[in-house]
Amino acid sequence: MSGQPGSATAPGRNFAAAPGGGRTPSVPALELRGIDKRFGAVHANRTISLSVARGSIHGLIGENGAGKSTLMNIVYGFHRADTGAILVHGAPVDIHSPQEAIAAGIGMVHQHFMLVENFTVLENVVLGVEGGPILARGLAQARGALQKLAQDYGLDVPLDTVVSELPVGLQQRVEILKALYRRAEILILDEPTAVLTPQEADQLFQMLRRLRDEGKSVVLVTHKLREIMAITDRVTVMRQGAVVGEVATAATAPRELAEKMVGRAVLLRVEKGLARPGEVLLGVRDLEVRDRLGVARVKGVSFDLRAGEIVGIAGVSGNGQSELLETLAGIRAPTRGAITLGGRDVVREGLGPHERRSLGLAHVPEDRLRLGVVPSFSAADNAILGYHDRAVYQRGLRLDQRAIQAECEKKMSGHDVRPAQPQLRIAAFSGGNQQKLVLAREIDVDPRVLLIGQPTRGVDIGAIEFIHQKLIALRDAGKALLIVSVELDEILGLADRILVMNAGEIVGEIARADATEEKLGLMMAGVKGEGHA
Amino acid sequence: MSAPAKLPRWAELGLLPLLNLLAALVLSGVVVKILGESPWVAGQLMLRGALGSQEGIGYTLYYATNFMFTGLAVAVAYHAGLFNIGGEGQAYIGGLGSGLVALWLGHLPFFVVGPCAVFAGAAFGAAWALVPAWLQARRGSHIVITTIMFNFIAASLMTYLLVNVLIKPGQQSPETREFGAGAFMPSASDVFAKLGVTLAPSPLNLAFFLALGAAALVWMLVWRTRWGYALRVVGQNQDAAVYAGISPPRVIVQAMLLSGALAGCLGLNELLGAQHRILIDFPGGAGFVGIAVALMGRNHPFGIFLAAVLFGALAQGGSQLAFDLPKINRDMVVVIQGLVILFCGALENVFRAPLAAVFGLKGAK
Amino acid sequence: METYTLIVLTLAATIRVATPLLLAALAGLFSERSGVVDLGLEGKMLGAAFAAAAVSAATGSAWAGLGAGIATAVLLALLLAFATVTHRGNQVVAAMAVNIMVAGLGPTLALAWFNIGGQTPQLDQPAQRFLAIVWPGSATAREVPFPGLLYAELLSGHNLLVYLAAALVPLSAWVLFRTRFGLRLRAVGENPLAVDTAGISVTGLRYQAVLISGVLCGVAGTYLSIAASAGFTRDMTAGKGYLALAALIFGKWRPYPTLGACLLFAFTDALASRLQGVALPLVGVIPVQFILALPYVLTVLLLAGFVGKAVAPRAIGVPYAKEN
Repeated sequence: MSGQPGSATAPGRNFAAAPGGGRTPSVPALELRGIDKRFGAVHANRTISLSVARGSIHGLIGENGAGKSTLMNIVYGFHRADTGAILVHGAPVDIHSPQEAIAAGIGMVHQHFMLVENFTVLENVVLGVEGGPILARGLAQARGALQKLAQDYGLDVPLDTVVSELPVGLQQRVEILKALYRRAEILILDEPTAVLTPQEADQLFQMLRRLRDEGKSVVLVTHKLREIMAITDRVTVMRQGAVVGEVATAATAPRELAEKMVGRAVLLRVEKGLARPGEVLLGVRDLEVRDRLGVARVKGVSFDLRAGEIVGIAGVSGNGQSELLETLAGIRAPTRGAITLGGRDVVREGLGPHERRSLGLAHVPEDRLRLGVVPSFSAADNAILGYHDRAVYQRGLRLDQRAIQAECEKKMSGHDVRPAQPQLRIAAFSGGNQQKLVLAREIDVDPRVLLIGQPTRGVDIGAIEFIHQKLIALRDAGKALLIVSVELDEILGLADRILVMNAGEIVGEIARADATEEKLGLMMAGVKGEGHA
Repeated sequence: MSAPAKLPRWAELGLLPLLNLLAALVLSGVVVKILGESPWVAGQLMLRGALGSQEGIGYTLYYATNFMFTGLAVAVAYHAGLFNIGGEGQAYIGGLGSGLVALWLGHLPFFVVGPCAVFAGAAFGAAWALVPAWLQARRGSHIVITTIMFNFIAASLMTYLLVNVLIKPGQQSPETREFGAGAFMPSASDVFAKLGVTLAPSPLNLAFFLALGAAALVWMLVWRTRWGYALRVVGQNQDAAVYAGISPPRVIVQAMLLSGALAGCLGLNELLGAQHRILIDFPGGAGFVGIAVALMGRNHPFGIFLAAVLFGALAQGGSQLAFDLPKINRDMVVVIQGLVILFCGALENVFRAPLAAVFGLKGAK
Repeated sequence: METYTLIVLTLAATIRVATPLLLAALAGLFSERSGVVDLGLEGKMLGAAFAAAAVSAATGSAWAGLGAGIATAVLLALLLAFATVTHRGNQVVAAMAVNIMVAGLGPTLALAWFNIGGQTPQLDQPAQRFLAIVWPGSATAREVPFPGLLYAELLSGHNLLVYLAAALVPLSAWVLFRTRFGLRLRAVGENPLAVDTAGISVTGLRYQAVLISGVLCGVAGTYLSIAASAGFTRDMTAGKGYLALAALIFGKWRPYPTLGACLLFAFTDALASRLQGVALPLVGVIPVQFILALPYVLTVLLLAGFVGKAVAPRAIGVPYAKEN
């Protein structure tokens, strides 16, 4: 990752070649003035002003919930600002719907792709700009135009393949093609690298640079400092719905940005002592897991997890980590292999999540809102999820409401869950507080083995520290922890030993002391073991 | 457009349904006006017919009994995340079960026949729900469609049985012989007479109290037991249920069995309590009204009781209307039912936003 | 020869029974492909049947009847769209409500307006109905044993709406798979969010789809009351709307397979009336109710995955809300 531009307006760009060549570089491509937006009691955007120079890559960074996505959704016409103005190339535009955003030359690549999965690439690209009521002619025209775009920007995608059959990296290209085909001059990308390996991300960045050099403007929304430093010309930092700073990237440093994001000095690394691994508590041998379509998602995975250590599983999301974790927890059934827990082969005995819990396994799932909680239930009802059968919660044939309430209060005070109101719906808590409650639920039963997926996804930085410290304390208390995270920083910060997964296989194991981001990145891309790099 | 606004609890549970009901009644009044009758007169007639006499109230509660059974059936399935619109078929087949017991054991005393009939009705109703339940749980077949199909299959089966097998010999209309006296559900007036209270005769019978008991049981099961907890987890978030070690297929099948059993009890009221024989199409749409009852009652047993009484009153008041006004027939009741379902079910959000504005709340996320 | 005539006549009956099913199934096709469950086929058809018969009786014109039938079904479709698309009400509940309301409203209005029970007057003028169109040369062709009979009974001798329904199958397929509108319609039934971000109105598309469904249901209902019979009677759709939905599922939401399913279901119906009380070798008399229940049983088997697999449009039944 080299060649960071030194200033916001790199020299030598050929503005005359771009459409609408009469514009001067001093007029920003996109300007937001005093954008303000509330959702009920939540003040999502507080009089935000922002200016994106033409032919630049502009970073927008902030914690989860800082209001970045809301702001970009306003620009793309998904939400309407309560007050404020949007200017494109100096002219005010009224954007009420994506249609008007598209007309104004704005394109957006959403974090969750907006593709019709059973349509072909070509059909997806032309949707909305079909070029006439009869399809055949429009499709033929589009085909030619797309082949040219693909050449110009290195965006090769098989046009007649059904989108669901494409890997995510290519699906993302389809999204970018969609925007370019609509002649977008301003391209917004919302967390585009979440689904990419570091190497794929670099490819994406190369392409964004090419777009910039063609005179297009790019807004990169992310929470990863590394990406901001690697590719942007300027960066705007948001915190709690407001802009707290805007600087030239070259004139800042990661620590400074992080402090702006959080509003105080942060620990980027958690302090911890050396691990003292003990006996094997969880053994995995030759595990294979297939999905509903019979595709192998986990292929012959074997490893041991010992008392008193944290093993981290690194990998780009979608490479089998989720399936592995869910299989260990008993949510999925493997097609082959053995899992030993507490001296018993839980696969052969057919033990489900419930029985595995009794054997001392706890599980903090990756996708909290999908698996870990029932959003419409109260905090108290969520605090017994998975443990509702335990004798302490029963009173005759009925559930003991008082015991459930008391238990939740105890967890809330012990883990600093706020607000400490057991009867409040869990959905009304922030992500960090939800996660703390889930964590409390899973560790209060004193398990021996903990499976933890994305420990701090959607969690504010304050809670991240709290959670990381808890996890290390658990390790020091002799628990065995398996952590899956797509955040390399988190893996590097917590794990004593790192397993890297790619395409369902463990492609390498590396001790924390020997691990660097580059090594892990190569392994995540599927380059096996060490030394082959 | 914003997502549905949140209202204060009392407005959500009380005011909003009331407004929706009012809108449905106003529109019904418009229909009456189109038919050339006075909405005011019609309204008074209905009210008096349904609630103006002991007999009227008896009929109202008798109809309400059917709707409570089917409404509870819909609600139990709903809490497991299932839309059971097969209440009609389950009630039909459940009634067959109760009816067969009544035909077979009708010569025995009621304390023997009664429990057997309850058991048979519940078992037959549950059995009819089992196949759609199993298909949903194990094969993911959409239960809305399969239960509709099973309604038609039930209708075909019952027509066949009543026309070819169970029909009383030497009779034209497809219905069975009358049950033995032991299979008659004791009527409310008889029961109260024993207590020294005289009630006007009506088809109101012991099944009404069974329905009340069923409502209490459903409340207890769904909100106060482990099983109910598991049921609600499955209904709200199946993935979380799996995570928690709850088996959604098992819970889905159990919930549908209970749902079918509840619907299957309709025959206790309709056949053992009133008709005293099995006849064609005896559920008469109660299975569908149950959907409306459950919706209006917010899937809570107490709400279902209130909504069932409301629909019972509509049914009884409507009969009075058809009797007294020449230009109106019993079909008007069906129109009003449809309008109430439309406003209380499908259009329930229409008044939400204006109401929220009145309360000064914004459409929160 | 005798058997051959019987077969041809049964097939001709199949076509007549299949027509309203096909029209309603195509109606459902457009609605469901856009992501709106169409359980309201029954009510829209019944409403149209009543309106067509009532207006035809009043004006003496079958065409006015057709117009009224379509207008009524479209109004009901608009009501459904208002409830489910605009206000995101439950699609199943809205449809049940309309079905129940219409089932009551038809006979109620019939009684008030015509005063002969819950039905409309018998339509005895030829102009009040869509009658069979006899193709030239049918009478002579009938004498020619094999192809002649086929021509005279199977191709000729149906009313206009039958031919219209037949023509609508390729037309629907073309619209759905070869036009911009079709592409967008299919997209909105799969992923409305993608359609919205592409700058197309989800609401607009779904309204259009629901309206098309209304128009086609209007034709279907009109066929029932003033083409296939001579007036409206209580509950004259008798579950045909649900049967059409079953055919649509059986046809896996595709026009030609749906046509096949309609013909199959109609054939069982035609067969049931032929087999009434007839003892067959080996099996004896098959109760007519069993044959009539066959389409429903088949559909359940299909949904269970025992006969192929039906994959519904992904977003079906889910109201679209911008904020997720």
